[in-house]
Amino acid sequence: MTSIVDYLLNLLSFIEIDTSLLLIFVILIPGIGLFLVMTVNAMVAVYMERKVSAFMQDRLGPMEVGLLGFKGGKKFWGGIGQTIADAIKLLTKEDIVPDNADKKLMLLAPFIIFIGAFVTFVAIPFSENLVVSDFNIGIFYIMAMSSVGVIGIILAGWSSNNKWSLYGAMRAAAQIISYEIPIGLSLLLVVIVAGSLNLGDIVQWQSNHRWFILHSPFTFIAFFIYFISVVAETNRTPFDIPEAESELVAGWMTEYSGFKWAIFFLSEYANMLIVSIVASIVFLGGWLSPLAILNIGIPEKWMFLDGPILGFFWLMIKAMFLIFVMMWFRWTFPRLRVDQLMYLCWKVFIPFALANLFFVSIWELIF
Amino acid sequence: MNDNIVSDKFKEKCTLLDNGSIMIDFNDWESISQFVYDSGFDYLMCITSYDLESDDTLGLAYNFYSTSEKKYLEIRIEFNNKEEIFSIANIWRTADWHEREAYDLMGILFKGHPDLKRILLPDDWEGHPLRKDWEEPEYYNGMPVPKDKSYWE
Amino acid sequence: MYKILDKSIIGADEMVLNMGPQHPSTHGVLRLKIITDGEIVSHIEPIIGYLHRCFEKHCENLSYEQIVPFTDRCDYLAAMHMGHAYSIAVEKLLDIELPQRVEYIRVIMSEFQRIASHLIAIGAFGLDVGAITPFTWTLRDRERILDLFEQVTGARLLYNYIWPGGLAHDLPPNFIRNSIDFLDYFEPQIIEYDNLLTTNKIFIERSADVGVMPKEVAINYGVTGPSLRGSGIPFDLRKNEPYSIYDKFDFDVPVGEGKMGTIGDSWDRYYVRVLEMKESIKILRQALSQIPDGDVQSAMPKKIRPKKGEVYSRYETARGDVGFYIRSDGKNIPTRLKMRSPAYCNLSVLNEISAGWMISDVITILGSLDIVLGEIDR
Repeated sequence: MTSIVDYLLNLLSFIEIDTSLLLIFVILIPGIGLFLVMTVNAMVAVYMERKVSAFMQDRLGPMEVGLLGFKGGKKFWGGIGQTIADAIKLLTKEDIVPDNADKKLMLLAPFIIFIGAFVTFVAIPFSENLVVSDFNIGIFYIMAMSSVGVIGIILAGWSSNNKWSLYGAMRAAAQIISYEIPIGLSLLLVVIVAGSLNLGDIVQWQSNHRWFILHSPFTFIAFFIYFISVVAETNRTPFDIPEAESELVAGWMTEYSGFKWAIFFLSEYANMLIVSIVASIVFLGGWLSPLAILNIGIPEKWMFLDGPILGFFWLMIKAMFLIFVMMWFRWTFPRLRVDQLMYLCWKVFIPFALANLFFVSIWELIF
Repeated sequence: MNDNIVSDKFKEKCTLLDNGSIMIDFNDWESISQFVYDSGFDYLMCITSYDLESDDTLGLAYNFYSTSEKKYLEIRIEFNNKEEIFSIANIWRTADWHEREAYDLMGILFKGHPDLKRILLPDDWEGHPLRKDWEEPEYYNGMPVPKDKSYWE
Repeated sequence: MYKILDKSIIGADEMVLNMGPQHPSTHGVLRLKIITDGEIVSHIEPIIGYLHRCFEKHCENLSYEQIVPFTDRCDYLAAMHMGHAYSIAVEKLLDIELPQRVEYIRVIMSEFQRIASHLIAIGAFGLDVGAITPFTWTLRDRERILDLFEQVTGARLLYNYIWPGGLAHDLPPNFIRNSIDFLDYFEPQIIEYDNLLTTNKIFIERSADVGVMPKEVAINYGVTGPSLRGSGIPFDLRKNEPYSIYDKFDFDVPVGEGKMGTIGDSWDRYYVRVLEMKESIKILRQALSQIPDGDVQSAMPKKIRPKKGEVYSRYETARGDVGFYIRSDGKNIPTRLKMRSPAYCNLSVLNEISAGWMISDVITILGSLDIVLGEIDR
């Protein structure tokens, strides 16, 4: 697949300047595009979260704020302009910095988390030819870059000069670092079977064979281990100990307000989107239509469903569904205690993931 | 309704009152309290401190209950407001907070209490409000205490 | 339980953590000074007094009828119980015999209030542990009970309805039918809460075996109510020393049995409350079908002026055993009125049962004890 950067370079090659300067200019365009993707995702996800949580709790959620005169009221799309109002409010809010806090580190922390999320987006393909930069070590790069966020969380907790934030930060560090191991082992399983680290090749393999989740019982288990571990990575309930509302007020984010808090929020939803898209690509067939679930022959008439434009929608539908499931978890389950969380990771998930790896290799040899 | 076990044993030290409760002298409280606990009154329900308006006398009323035999017992002590009373917080742990409240609001001192300090009022409060002869202070931490509406209207 | 190891070779210090008066989870303005070693708690000191409103001193200047609204405000989540307890205490001083209709209506109001208070206790406990949805569902059902109360008394939270000697006014028409409709709606809802919370594996892991309160500790610290019954002691004032007309009704006293862990852990205390709601529904159905006619104000004295004497009367509220000690000198205002609130003694046991647990468990234990700061501080 050609990446966007290559495509733009070819398009603008008629301009007579040095390629490296042209590269800088060409990189800015997808950069702004990715930033727009992150913001639109945050707005949609916030609205979805509020409505989903409201309907699960037998209430209505935002009802009043409308867009261009469409208020909605009690319908399920009511209050659709609420997120825009919230975004404007956050941008104009006063930025409160506690007296004894370390101001420079406090300023730095949200941006480190943002960078972690933003840089990961570079390697994620949204459709067949819609990827900013086509890495041939795609999965490896994504996993590496999504670990950058931990540094931001620890800095945020430490620089706030607040014992509760410190608690939240320490718990977050332990949790995120531990849960990366089951994620890595599950993705390694996929790489073993598909034979390549490139995300495009993985989807190609799935279109030749079948959706990964149905390939063998071990990949089925791997999907669940992966999904629950990413819920822990992104600090969502039942693993939201670092920002446990009833104990630590808001955990490591307590002392942040206004724009910096908005960046934390943006990054959290961006992280959710990243892991959902990766799960959809790797396990659920990516931008392939449901026709490719099992490898039965598809008549010619239906082939258009697998094309590049519709592929984007298929990917988004799968990712949105996984995000909905994450929100569903949040409003159903209580949260786990720190030591139970660690027990789950080290004594349940990692042995299962390792055994899975072993068995799937045997399965590949036999079948 | 009230049990006679204490008045039977300590006949010379107790006076029986009309409603069945027993009045003892505060000096005997140490031995009597241990006897009360050993006879099965394991649940101390309430410690009430009251102020008799004459001659600086304060009083304490202890209400006990036995969960195994379902019997009540009320013991009253009256004493001058400068005396120290034996604290039963080491026998019935619930008395810990009740005695702190009696000290805080009425000013009764307890001997042998693990940590006798104010519980309901702020730590720097002066005086013991529940006494009948208590008057409100003029100032608290530099703020004038309002006595009538003219202070805020 | 976690053992605190000897850290003298490493030189680790203890940390003093302040769960301040403003906190999403301390059920009111309560300050907890927690001394921890990392995450493990070694000592907790609750500091109260932030809501002290001098209830007892006020009562020495108010007549007996005027005290009734103030008793409501002590435990604002179970206001009917406080009014009922106070009225029973004053009626003991006055020696009045009440008409049967008054007794039945008082029992009906108290049992509804018990269900409403337990709904909040259950919802807030779920909220402390992290499950946010059951809280909104229990509050939705509590709204229906508050609608019933509004039909009778005109107020949703602080009623001023149960007066010494009778009631403020009679029941409106349709009240009995509305109550039976509510009970029919509410009984299946308890099954929903069970599905979401009681049998949830994560909830059981969070609360079972946490904060175990042995029997002797409970009685010695003066713990009463569902917290005591969760430790296996079948002690309920409505059965052991029946006041009012509770001896006419047929109901059981739920006791913690250690189904999911040890006897006396937080799950038991929580489950006793769920079962008590079912028992209250039983009592309500019996009372609503047997209620006689009569005049609710016939036994009310024109002026309450008891003879000289004292009384100590106990009553079982949603949180435990409230005691009113009233001394009267023959005037129409009490000389001394002391209210022994159940949550006051329940809170004092917090230090004993949470030593050795983590900070998250402290919140769980505090939620299972179900305190209301209004009645602790008075």
